[in-house]
Amino acid sequence: MDQIILQILNGLDKGSAYALIALGLTLIFGTLGVVNFAHGALFMMGAFVAVTVSKLLALSHKVVDETRTDFLGKPLQVDVPYVYDWFGQGAGDTIIDWAVPISILFAIPIMVAIGFIMERGLIKHFYKRPHADQILVTFGLAIVLQEIIKYFYGANPIPTPAPSAFTGSFDFGVAFGFDPNAIIYPYWRLVYFFFSIIVIGAVFAFLQFTTFGMVVRAGMADRETVGMLGINIDKRFTVMFGIAAAVAGLAGVMYVPINPPNYHMGMDFLVLSFVVVVVGGMGSLPGAVAAGFLLGILESFASMSAVINILPGINQIIIYLVAIIILLTRPRGLMGRKGVMEE
Amino acid sequence: MLGLEKKDFRLLLIVVALTMLAPFILNPFPEGSDMAQFNAGYPDLMQRFVIFGILAIGFNILFGLTGYLSFGHAAFLGVGSYAAVWMFKLLSMNVIPAILLSVVIAGVFALIIGYVSLRRSGIYFSILTLAFAQMSYALAYSVLTPLTGGETGLQPKPGDPRILDRALEPGETATPGLFGLFDMRDSLELTVGNWVFTFNAGYYFAAVIMIIAFYMSIRIFRSPFGMMLRAIKSNQTRMSYTGLNARPYTLAAFVISGMYAGLAGGLLVSMDPQAGAERMFWTASGEIVLMTILGGAGTLIGPVLGAGFIKYFENIVSKINKTTLEGWFYWLPDGLEDLVITVIYPFVGKGWHLTLGLLFMLVVIFLPGGLVQGGQKIAAAFTRKKPDDAKSSATEPAE
Amino acid sequence: MNNSTFSRRRVLKTGAIASAGLALPTYLRADGHTGFTNAPGDNEVILGFNVPQTGPYADEGADELRAYELAVEHLNGGGDGGMLGTFSSKVLDGTGILGREVKYVTGDTQTKSDAARASARSMIEKDGAIMITGGSSSGVAVAVQALCQEAGIIFMAGLTHSNDTTGKDRRANGFRHFFNSYMSGAALAPVLAANYGTDRKAYHLTADYNWGYTTEEAVKSSTEALGWETVNAVKTPLTQTDFSSYIAPVLNSGADVLVLNHYGGNMVNSLTNAVQFGLREAQANGQNFEIIVPLYSRLMAKGAGANVKGIFGSTNWHWSLQDEGSKAFVQSFGTKYGFPPSQAAHTTYVQTLLYADAVTRANSFNPCAVVEALEDYEFDGLGNGKTLYRGADHQCFKDVLVVKGKENPENEFDLLEIVEVTPVEQVTYAPDHPQFAGGDLGTCNPGA
Repeated sequence: MDQIILQILNGLDKGSAYALIALGLTLIFGTLGVVNFAHGALFMMGAFVAVTVSKLLALSHKVVDETRTDFLGKPLQVDVPYVYDWFGQGAGDTIIDWAVPISILFAIPIMVAIGFIMERGLIKHFYKRPHADQILVTFGLAIVLQEIIKYFYGANPIPTPAPSAFTGSFDFGVAFGFDPNAIIYPYWRLVYFFFSIIVIGAVFAFLQFTTFGMVVRAGMADRETVGMLGINIDKRFTVMFGIAAAVAGLAGVMYVPINPPNYHMGMDFLVLSFVVVVVGGMGSLPGAVAAGFLLGILESFASMSAVINILPGINQIIIYLVAIIILLTRPRGLMGRKGVMEE
Repeated sequence: MLGLEKKDFRLLLIVVALTMLAPFILNPFPEGSDMAQFNAGYPDLMQRFVIFGILAIGFNILFGLTGYLSFGHAAFLGVGSYAAVWMFKLLSMNVIPAILLSVVIAGVFALIIGYVSLRRSGIYFSILTLAFAQMSYALAYSVLTPLTGGETGLQPKPGDPRILDRALEPGETATPGLFGLFDMRDSLELTVGNWVFTFNAGYYFAAVIMIIAFYMSIRIFRSPFGMMLRAIKSNQTRMSYTGLNARPYTLAAFVISGMYAGLAGGLLVSMDPQAGAERMFWTASGEIVLMTILGGAGTLIGPVLGAGFIKYFENIVSKINKTTLEGWFYWLPDGLEDLVITVIYPFVGKGWHLTLGLLFMLVVIFLPGGLVQGGQKIAAAFTRKKPDDAKSSATEPAE
Repeated sequence: MNNSTFSRRRVLKTGAIASAGLALPTYLRADGHTGFTNAPGDNEVILGFNVPQTGPYADEGADELRAYELAVEHLNGGGDGGMLGTFSSKVLDGTGILGREVKYVTGDTQTKSDAARASARSMIEKDGAIMITGGSSSGVAVAVQALCQEAGIIFMAGLTHSNDTTGKDRRANGFRHFFNSYMSGAALAPVLAANYGTDRKAYHLTADYNWGYTTEEAVKSSTEALGWETVNAVKTPLTQTDFSSYIAPVLNSGADVLVLNHYGGNMVNSLTNAVQFGLREAQANGQNFEIIVPLYSRLMAKGAGANVKGIFGSTNWHWSLQDEGSKAFVQSFGTKYGFPPSQAAHTTYVQTLLYADAVTRANSFNPCAVVEALEDYEFDGLGNGKTLYRGADHQCFKDVLVVKGKENPENEFDLLEIVEVTPVEQVTYAPDHPQFAGGDLGTCNPGA
């Protein structure tokens, strides 16, 4: 029982990452009809905003310490962060410690800007082009973006820990009458889960309760009619692209303490997020979110050793197997709309 | 001629000429010159050009004609490769049974996957094929290790049974060949002045097969069957109103294109007897899609060009290192030399992905019809002929 | 800077200006009269450095490449000579190899066996490389080793740790200086028993491919021999990025030790996740819970950050070693590049030197002569103490380092501390040991 609860927690946590990435992807699919292979790269860019911010906060000048030596036997040069000079060591440490949450503030404008530039500069010229051309151009863009990151940050993962207040884990089990250590879960993963719920809720509320959102939803349903009503739908689609980029970027920022980011993390998530979107059903935002959580939970269950012992290798293929079964039983995924990307 | 229209026959002749003369065409620079780095006329790369050409031709029969975008085509390549290596291990190092089996196995595999996947269309179809390929990759890399060799791949070994061949002498290695007539690795070298041209048996064997595969694809494109496939692409609903069931046609196209991929897989291990699971990973499937679109989907020659383009970058640009650059620009003044090298260096060697990504974007932005369109533009600029001749040989791009 | 293009057929430039003719049928361009593939001319010899330049191991590959460039510089008489001065064999005198200047070509393995073979073939067929070396994974090493065997080229493996490379997939033309899974297990087990006691229950998470299998088996059998019990061993997919669902059940499984048979990105993530779940501070069975990483790499340990602190593992070499060879190498690498070399850099540097030395001692580039010179060759002064290149399986036998993540690093490179140098006797095994069974070295292949 405790194992099952534990895996549901894991599934919700994995699922929240899938859902966040898939949400942005399906927004672009649904509103703009663009197959965006660069969406994984946006997730990665978000993660590297966090890396950059924490590096900037820890930006240092060298002070030579004569008492110690470096690996070549020369006097050691000690890095002293500028924030120490400005705020004192204690406050400086706190600022560096909170780098990841601080970078959210920077990530939103940066990612929205990246989204705007991408849409205005490149994607908008591909609205009327075949999907194949969209795939080629966005795939090319994804490669270019990740190579740029690799050029500056190298190929190795870069550790970017959570604030020390959030390290360690929380023992759920004790609260619900289980043995100690039966159900424990890291604080930051819980933070990630609640963060994603908030972001997903915000996006839905925005689309549901604002005039802007209403117009966008109308545009998703029938772009031509909305255009004929004299509404500048293009401008709104640009904003939607910016929002999708920001959602992917935020997913990346918050993901950084869970696993150290590297330049190809976007590609690792890309295929998976496409599967999530399609299983959820093309053009359906709730579908994408539901599919994200569903696949996350199933993936977690498949990795239990009791399951692997019965079906060796099931943990390798579970997501794809489920995708096949769902697509064969429900022609348009969980909640897909008729006629979207079916031609 | 050969059942082809004049225009298609001319294209076939061009392809024949290009492949037969490839050792000359791909080695334009003399040995030892600075530009020799760009020579591609060595057996391995020439073989890859034609084999990936076959793969792309096959993929184009499905994607170019029906518009169905398979994102799992690499699975057939991988299955074909494994089948062929097992034939080497069990039966004989002769390539003929190996290639036949790889085509058959890939065909059967395609029939099963196609039967299931073609129940859906559009992106749903793409994701289904992707899912099958990813499952094949994941299983081949891990739990199927006894069958596939897993991480280290499958290769013929001295201790294999090989029931049709004689036992190996100590120290002898088994190499794929054709009925003992020649080895896939035999090469003739022609030295003319500073130029050295290599004629490799394996290359010509693969090239002949590619020409046959290309000829067959022309026939399919121009046949009533091909017309039917195009009809599916342009409007499947209208087709079903006329009482035609599209499924058998698309399934046939899918299986044919899977067999082409299996053929490519069998040839690949015939040239270099090693099959690894990575060739089934989704990036490998994506590469096939990119080759086809880059060259010009739906055109006859485009996919072959796209395949050559990508393989050229992978094998040539990735080998340029700082020392090479220093060799090229040594004649510049010191400061300028450093500057030029600093500017170029991120784009070559370990940065070859960056160059490839940029070229994908440039091609698709400026040449919507792929490389074929680029070729037509150049040709038109030179000949100033009426453009409708060129237009009709290149059918519209996908979708 | 001079014009340094490289082509093995540069000699042709001066001869045969207009002579056209068909050469004999050749395989991979063997020179008929010399009796082996890609026989070098009188002025230069070309080595092929085949390392991952793209993909997750690109940084490791870049470090290997730096070491190769350094080795070439030293062989050609440049720089401070590095380990040439400390090497027990003194035949290398800084005039290249057998009087020929050493040139090199580079390629990208992409950490894929297909791409690695394509790249190696282009070096052999196009550039005329006489020896191929490099790589950062066992899949690539085994694939390229088999190719070199068929082509008649010497392969000096880079970083490859699976037993298979010199076990069931061993080849006569291939040589490995790096240590292997068995040695890691044999070196680690006594140290673990001494630190954590013999009454321990281990839980293995294993990367689901060949290297993972051999490492799990090695660690399992050596620790079980000392009284440990293995509670469970779970395979994880190579493409896994988040290990939470594998880590979460560990604490409640009755185990008190977690062994992570992971490498590279898998290792960084699984270790990070394990620490996130509080395993390092946890108690189980009345003892402190412990985590073990059998194969450490400093580059990867850097990716895991503070999570490596206090965690045991093994490594082939570390820059903080204080023998003369290591000091000379760190000095010359550090001076040139500004940071200490990784174990991947060390093994590739040493392999290049060993090849050059073997050719010089054999007085021939013929692969069979090189194989003979390397087999059962004993040397010293290259950073690992007395080392034997065993003839039966072409594996180097030398001391193995047991290391621990450092609690208080002095600088950004000071991540691991050496706990024990396990003597070579303790990690030596018979060539037909069950973990290495099924291999056939065959005989050397000179190509032509």
